[in-house]
Amino acid sequence: MLAVPGRHRSLTLLIVTLVAQLLMLAVQIKRETHVRLIRVWTVDSITPFERVGTWMVRKVYGVFTGYIDLVHVRRDNLALHDELNQLRIRNTALEGEAAEAQRLDALLGFRTDHPEAPMLAARVIATSADTASHVVFLNRGARDGIKNNMAVITPDGIVGKVFEVYASTAEVLLATDKDSGVGALLAGTRTQGVVGGTGDPSLTMKYVSNDENVIPGQQILTSGEDQIFPKDLPVGTVTQVKPGNPFKQIQLRPAAHLDRLDEVLVLLTRQELTPKTPPVRVSPAPNSTAAPAAAPSTKPTTPTAKPNGAQQSHP
Amino acid sequence: MSAPLTNEQNIEVFQFRAGSIVGVTALALLLQAFLPVYFPRMRMLDLPLLITIYFGFSRRNPSTGLLMGATIGLIQDSLGRSPLGLFGIAKTLVGFLASSLGSRIDVENPISRLGLAVGFYLFHQAVYILTRRWLLGQPEPILSTQLWIAAAVNGVLAVLIFPLLDHLRKPS
Repeated sequence: MLAVPGRHRSLTLLIVTLVAQLLMLAVQIKRETHVRLIRVWTVDSITPFERVGTWMVRKVYGVFTGYIDLVHVRRDNLALHDELNQLRIRNTALEGEAAEAQRLDALLGFRTDHPEAPMLAARVIATSADTASHVVFLNRGARDGIKNNMAVITPDGIVGKVFEVYASTAEVLLATDKDSGVGALLAGTRTQGVVGGTGDPSLTMKYVSNDENVIPGQQILTSGEDQIFPKDLPVGTVTQVKPGNPFKQIQLRPAAHLDRLDEVLVLLTRQELTPKTPPVRVSPAPNSTAAPAAAPSTKPTTPTAKPNGAQQSHP
Repeated sequence: MSAPLTNEQNIEVFQFRAGSIVGVTALALLLQAFLPVYFPRMRMLDLPLLITIYFGFSRRNPSTGLLMGATIGLIQDSLGRSPLGLFGIAKTLVGFLASSLGSRIDVENPISRLGLAVGFYLFHQAVYILTRRWLLGQPEPILSTQLWIAAAVNGVLAVLIFPLLDHLRKPS
């Protein structure tokens, strides 16, 4: 049971307390001094707790800000990773575009060097589903003027021949196919033979007598005897020579990059190619970046745009 | 929650767990002293005042309330640069009035707690400012937007922390 103090007692106490404090204030004002002793006691009592409190707050604040920083770092890290991935993709795309531009430049240069031969730029759109046959499909067909047995080349060398034509596509038998055969000759000696596919990325040259002097590194050019490819186009380079019975076994590395074909040129006639420089028009490949090859060009032909070895190998 | 009554008045008086009044008061003074160091906006809070009001409401003993207010006020004065007695006088009056009102009106309702806390804050500031003006000759603006905002903030804080302090009460 709690006894509530009487009303008068409380009022008396209130007045006494207030008067005491007013006097204390008056003393402080009169002497212009602070009551140092009470302050010292209070501050000395409170300060240790404040120190602990400050230490705790700093710790908690440090942990909290550390956590927030970590959250920000994690978020920034994710954003940077995302940006990095996007830039990688963009870089890959740009590298692809640059490579494509180089290829198109080479095609254009090649076409410019051979204005006498009508050519059609085409893009490889597919390859054979049959792994045993070396075949690619072009985005050009009969409606573009492509016919069977037309030669397909790149500035680097021969690719193969058209062996099936559809309305908007054409099927090309690559030189590396087992059924392929190209009339060829050894650069320098003009010894003729037939280059055929082996079913793997390399080529083989047949019907070269064991008496012929063939050395690795020697270039092989088209002979024109097959009535498909014009003369003196690069076919490949000798990589291995073995004596055989009755002919030498000659292995070649194709001049054209048949394993990564993208844009090619289809020779619309079997006109011999002689190097010239005036600009000419090439029909663009539909829906492809091969279009620049078809545009009228005033651009001077660069050395890299010329067919490798084709001109150097002229006797 | 109710304690036995006196012969004269039917007043519900709450008692608290041992040390809780001293502990809470010390904590309030401590927080008041160093929280603004990190959060300057918390300077508008007057935690010792809220503690004075709360214990005044709960104990409902004007003598205890005024002494507690005086003690808290003097400690608050001593932790600052102002002459001892400025906060002491203001909180003495608040402690006395809170204890007196606690025995007359419902101070358990959040709305009444909000209104009383705002009112006592304004009264406390008025006493403090007038004391400064009259006794120290240090004029301060009596009414300002800041004062009203601080009163509202302290009122809301009272509504929030008073229920927490209720847990310190001794079960009857």
